[in-house]
Amino acid sequence: MVNLAVDINGYSLKNPVMTASGTFGFGEEYEDFINIDDLGGIVVKGTTLHHREGNAYPRMAETPAGMLNAVGLQNKGVDYFINNIYPRIKHYNTGIFVNVSGSAIEDYVETAEKLNDLENIPGIELNISCPNVKEGGMSFGVHCPSAVAVTEAVRKVYKKHLMVKLSPNVTDVTEIAKGVEGAGADSVSLINTLLGMAINAEKRRPELSTITGGLSGPCIKPVALRMVWQVYNAVKVPIIGMGGIMNATDAIEFMLAGATAIQVGTANFIDPTITVKIVDGIKDYMNRHSITDVNNLIGGMIVD
Amino acid sequence: MKKKVEVFTVTKNRRINQEYLILHVASETSLPEILPGQFVEIKVENGPNTFLRRPISIHEVDNDKNEILLLIQEVGEGTRLMAELKPGDKLDMIYPLGNQFSIPNKGNVLLVGGGVGVAPLLMLGRFLKANGATPHFLLGARSENILMDLTDYKKIGDVGVTTEDGSLGVKGFVTDHPLMKEGLANMDLVCTCGPDPMMRAVAAAAKSANIKCEVSLENMMACGFGACLCCVVDTKEGNKCTCTEGPVFDINELKGW
Repeated sequence: MVNLAVDINGYSLKNPVMTASGTFGFGEEYEDFINIDDLGGIVVKGTTLHHREGNAYPRMAETPAGMLNAVGLQNKGVDYFINNIYPRIKHYNTGIFVNVSGSAIEDYVETAEKLNDLENIPGIELNISCPNVKEGGMSFGVHCPSAVAVTEAVRKVYKKHLMVKLSPNVTDVTEIAKGVEGAGADSVSLINTLLGMAINAEKRRPELSTITGGLSGPCIKPVALRMVWQVYNAVKVPIIGMGGIMNATDAIEFMLAGATAIQVGTANFIDPTITVKIVDGIKDYMNRHSITDVNNLIGGMIVD
Repeated sequence: MKKKVEVFTVTKNRRINQEYLILHVASETSLPEILPGQFVEIKVENGPNTFLRRPISIHEVDNDKNEILLLIQEVGEGTRLMAELKPGDKLDMIYPLGNQFSIPNKGNVLLVGGGVGVAPLLMLGRFLKANGATPHFLLGARSENILMDLTDYKKIGDVGVTTEDGSLGVKGFVTDHPLMKEGLANMDLVCTCGPDPMMRAVAAAAKSANIKCEVSLENMMACGFGACLCCVVDTKEGNKCTCTEGPVFDINELKGW
């Protein structure tokens, strides 16, 4: 028997495999394919104070070893989540985290406050790094003072686990990580998508309605691994690593770089059963390497 | 209907013409109920150049052999790789996805397909006929040499043809055919699948004749099962996912149609 449970600053995940916001709906979309309870945690679709229709079509473009998206936080608002979705998913025996986004600090605060009382929501993931909304999101996450300000403001009202999702579209990710740690974040998750774009040369037009969008998939994995490792060496709070994880080996690489848990994103679209395969693959790896506790992998990269 | 991921075995790769082929893929178990208009998501290679799955319309189902038939037009790297598949090769698919066309139990139904958009119409015609309605096919292509073999269609209903070069049937677009002109008044429902400009022209004609019209959209999607929210279409009730709430929509639901 191996121990797969990890602790993210006082909250225990049964295993280190979570799902990334915006790639896993509310979990229900995957019920035909897997048992959601087998996962360490899920982060549900980005939620804002008010309903958002999101960006115009087209919102997606395939790119080499990845994809661009510009969904733009389409969601029905936090009240709809609380009244209509939460009752349907609260029975999941896994850590259900709500990804919270906004265009003003007050929006984040009000949304977080509303989520405080949901018994089966152990935490929120503060999205200060969405590249796809004009008026906000990423603008908080790319400047240290605003990242600190929004984290501090939410920390004052939100009682449970506060995870802050970091943007890779910055000069020095460790500055922002240290900033939000100081502002009260219980953990940091990284990386969100890299800002990118694609052009259709034949049509001489952008592939996305928004021209630019968020790049995800294995093409960003080396950047993500580097940032997780840098942040691991800069902060004490646990790191939830993500960025192009397609299989168990990728997941283990993120843990070796310093992640306590990982999130699987784009890979869910290609194989909706990939998350449970990653859990099994981590177990296989541990057995092959005679590792009995998954926590021994965290930051376990050997540098000679 | 429960969706699943399953590895099928290619049993036949039947070349129809220079652009089109029909892939027969078999399941080891009996197939779930599959309805006309539904699609599959095919994992081509998940490599650097064809990273995402490819949504492909279900052309026909052979329940005796547990086979799904897929009409493939070679247009890009993904479909080119599918065209190379040989009997015995494996094909990883998520299915059955999406909703279906309406299947009334009486009346005349015009099925208008253009290019590879004819894919779901044969099966739809079969279902309509079995349920008591009368299907009429109208198939458009650039030229006779890339048109489907009409034999199976003629067993189910009458078949009108248009070709842009006039090599077979009426010269021009589907909207130039008598079935879309004086014939339209006799129809109770129009179902169409094909290039966007063709479907818009068909929808406009049906709308002005006050006939119910269903279109099958093929918006770009990453997942196919409602998670990515990339394939949205603007409807009177807000954005809807083409993959789960479509691909078939009544034109009266859609904005701008």
